[in-house]
Amino acid sequence: MRDVAIIGCGMTKFGELWKKSIRDIFVEAGLKAIDDAGVENIDSMYVGSMTSGLFVEQEHISAIMADYLGIAGIPAVRIESACASGGLALRQGFIEVTSGMNDIVLVGGVEKMTDGADATYALASAADQEYEVYNGITFPGLYAMIARAHMHRYGTTRKQLALVAVKNHKNGASNPNAQFQRETTIDGVINATMVADPLTLMDCSPVSDGAACVILCPLDQAKKYTDTPVKILASCAATDNIALHQRDDVTILKAVKLSGESAFKQAGISPGDIDVAEVHDCFTIAEICAIEDLGFVAKGKGGEFTEKGETALDGKIPINTSGGLKSKGHPVGATGIAQVIEIVEQLRGNAGKRQVKNAKVGLTQNMGGSGASSVVHIFRVV
Amino acid sequence: MPSPRYWREIPQRYRLEANKCKKCGKIFFPPRLICCECRGQAFEKIRLSDEGKIITFTVIRVAPQQFATQTPYVVAIVETKDEVRLTTQVADCKPEDVEIGKKVRLVFRKIQEEGKTGILCYGYKAVLV
Ligand SMILES: [Zn+2]
Repeated sequence: MRDVAIIGCGMTKFGELWKKSIRDIFVEAGLKAIDDAGVENIDSMYVGSMTSGLFVEQEHISAIMADYLGIAGIPAVRIESACASGGLALRQGFIEVTSGMNDIVLVGGVEKMTDGADATYALASAADQEYEVYNGITFPGLYAMIARAHMHRYGTTRKQLALVAVKNHKNGASNPNAQFQRETTIDGVINATMVADPLTLMDCSPVSDGAACVILCPLDQAKKYTDTPVKILASCAATDNIALHQRDDVTILKAVKLSGESAFKQAGISPGDIDVAEVHDCFTIAEICAIEDLGFVAKGKGGEFTEKGETALDGKIPINTSGGLKSKGHPVGATGIAQVIEIVEQLRGNAGKRQVKNAKVGLTQNMGGSGASSVVHIFRVV
Repeated sequence: MPSPRYWREIPQRYRLEANKCKKCGKIFFPPRLICCECRGQAFEKIRLSDEGKIITFTVIRVAPQQFATQTPYVVAIVETKDEVRLTTQVADCKPEDVEIGKKVRLVFRKIQEEGKTGILCYGYKAVLV
């Protein structure tokens, strides 16, 4: 196993990019990453995309993206694990470089969600079609059921959920790539249109277009390309029951817990050693469950921890400094890579107004569906 | 939904058919080919109890097309007397009457109308008791 580093990053702005196609945005992110790394050639590529087939009726996007990026000829593989497609694509790229199979690997994620498809319907394909979706549940509905159980069991409040969105919008307001660069308030969240009780529109991440790419290489070659390579300390994934109702405890995201535990073991560190983290806040409740199940705070205490400001930029463990999925946007296949880019920028000291002081070690957690798949990466600046 | 895909699920949707691992006794709904507890592959067919309670729930206000005319409607995770859980609508109630822990009974109902042709699709829904 060779050590692996990230040597370049590139992403589009996230949002409603009506003037650009899925290939335009992927190529834009890819070219930025190639330019940032200063590499001449790419040996191999992975593309994370949840459901380009349902969103833009285009499959086979591994080949299209290699073609339009001007690097056709190389092997290219598309990875799908619902909203964890990007994170899982990075794990595949990591495996290819660490194994010695190839040196320079481009890993990207992309989704074009605003080209007219029914997004609620397309996203629901990440749940159990026959036993969840058939009976009328939606994704906000699944997370709403987690929220309701969490509130009932641990006393998590409506206000605490809202505070996740308030914090993430505050961070996103200073992220030039974010879809919503504006702040919100507790009342703004609570009084927004109800989507699935108790979650309002402002508890939900938006429908977005966007792409994000990173370039990997063996750590011992990284200094050739950059002064600030970021080493991948851990790359771990896990799975759980696809249907929320089949899990013993609906408030525990077991795949998050398992992927986190293996990542901390692989990196040889503990949750307390993380300086900054991006977690999968597709809904406000998801961030609360993720910080608990990753071990940043005890189970059931995530709401209180958020209310105390411990996850804010100046808190004990700053979470979602990019604005998270909530404010930055959530083009599902691209999300896992965009999370990584925020951590790389933080560790390079390039995060501007969002910079966490002395950030040396960062973590990303990307999840699919209602938590049936989760990927955790841990990074350290070299 | 194409018809083979619909009729394949009829035993579960109309009759709540589940299977029980002969080795460890765990019940699966829908039936599985391998037990995820003990990896046993021998099962007996059983019918789930229609009595249960609400584990958690939500009120869907934004729904996909085939449910759009039903909003707002309640969806819950229900645990049957056999300790099997499923996702189901809670019908014939005001959303404010639904609470975690409340007892329900599973009944046979129309679930949705398929696509442009409007073919009726059936299955189970819960009602408060
Ligand atoms: Zn068994």
